[in-house]
Amino acid sequence: MPSSAALHVDQVYKFFGDYPALRDVSYSLEPGACLALLGRNGAGKTTLLRILSGLSKPSKGQVLVFGHDSREQATRAKIGVLGHGIAIYDELSAVENLKLFANLYGLSNPQQQAMKWLERTGLERVADSLVREFSRGMRQRLAVARAFIHEPSLLLLDEPFTALDDRAIAVLQSLLADAKKDGRTIVMSTHQLREALELATDVALINKGKLAFKGERTQEMVDDPAYIYRSYGDL
Amino acid sequence: MSLFFRQSMTVMVKDLRSEFRSKEAINASLSFAIVILLMFSFAFDPSSDAIKEMSGGLLWIVFAFAGALILNRSFARELANDCLDALVSSPVSGAALFFGKSLANLVLLVGIEMLCFPVFGIFYGVEWWKQLDSLFLVVVLATWGLTVIGTMFSALTVNLRLRELMLPMLLYPMMIPALMAAMQLTTALISGQPLTGDAYTWLRLLIGFDIIFTALSLALVETVLVR
Repeated sequence: MPSSAALHVDQVYKFFGDYPALRDVSYSLEPGACLALLGRNGAGKTTLLRILSGLSKPSKGQVLVFGHDSREQATRAKIGVLGHGIAIYDELSAVENLKLFANLYGLSNPQQQAMKWLERTGLERVADSLVREFSRGMRQRLAVARAFIHEPSLLLLDEPFTALDDRAIAVLQSLLADAKKDGRTIVMSTHQLREALELATDVALINKGKLAFKGERTQEMVDDPAYIYRSYGDL
Repeated sequence: MSLFFRQSMTVMVKDLRSEFRSKEAINASLSFAIVILLMFSFAFDPSSDAIKEMSGGLLWIVFAFAGALILNRSFARELANDCLDALVSSPVSGAALFFGKSLANLVLLVGIEMLCFPVFGIFYGVEWWKQLDSLFLVVVLATWGLTVIGTMFSALTVNLRLRELMLPMLLYPMMIPALMAAMQLTTALISGQPLTGDAYTWLRLLIGFDIIFTALSLALVETVLVR
């Protein structure tokens, strides 16, 4: 096992009943890399991301994040997750939501951290408004702030651009570019090939629960995003 | 304050704040409890002395049914927007998450029970406040037992479509020893008997029940949350 790896996935299987959602997935990712995790709907991307984030246990195999089990508390503090749901509370205000997660992640000065991220996502003017009064785009930006507030070393993003409005996409792209510049590791499942491949350093394609391709992103992929599906997927 | 208690308090404050703003579970549980107390008062003669002898049973049946409405919401509240995923993937241990939620449920349930006692006194003409401190102790101990098991089953049934039905079906059989103790002790205290002899044995059973199920739940909750 490469001890320097940010992420080490070793022969991971996941079964739901008899159905194999993941089969023999092995992968290593160096710190600072950005992996675009591609695959059709139902290929197993979300299942893999849930296992990486410690939300689900593999049926077989091992996942190490920075050399440690992903369910260890110290490891979870290094991971930021942006899943399908926005994971913010409608009955709390924007600042209360961010303070809640700042507290749970043990950040010093949660109020200051919350205000800093509200400013970065352009929500400082509605800091004290309840989330249930927010538009969809504002809720999405708050979700992005929630995932980034503890400045995680590993970002796990499950279709992060899906259903975002233009402003939320711009905010997320800017934060991801900053995260990459800061040397954070990013794993991003997506169907938006162009946006993902522009940012990615590595590409993996999951097909029917198996890793069909893994390797560095090439210029050929950027120029023709469908290339990878044509070459390794079922088109 | 240790990390465990700090995280538990954060979860408790979040749950209480959400509930006091939405009032979903409070309104349902409190109105249900009051309606049941009112309906029982039509079924029994409130002026008879026998009412004191069954006061404990009557009150705890009401508390158990009304409590299920609060407990059902405990983890179901996290389903909206997939908030449970954010909590489970954060560095909060399952035990701290469970403990915080249990404390929030305890506060809500004890609050509703404390509002039910005056209503009970009015409908049934019972002077329930004669041994208020002991009664409060029994209410808190029995409610903690109800809360711990209920919160655990709320976590277990959160992804089931029939969770509103499943929670009471799992909760009430497990609660029988604690409910029996709570009924006996409440009846004794409302009748003016001291907590000695048999009543003391019931009190020890209640404390033992709380300790065992709190320890079991804290040990098992991580398995329930991450599958």
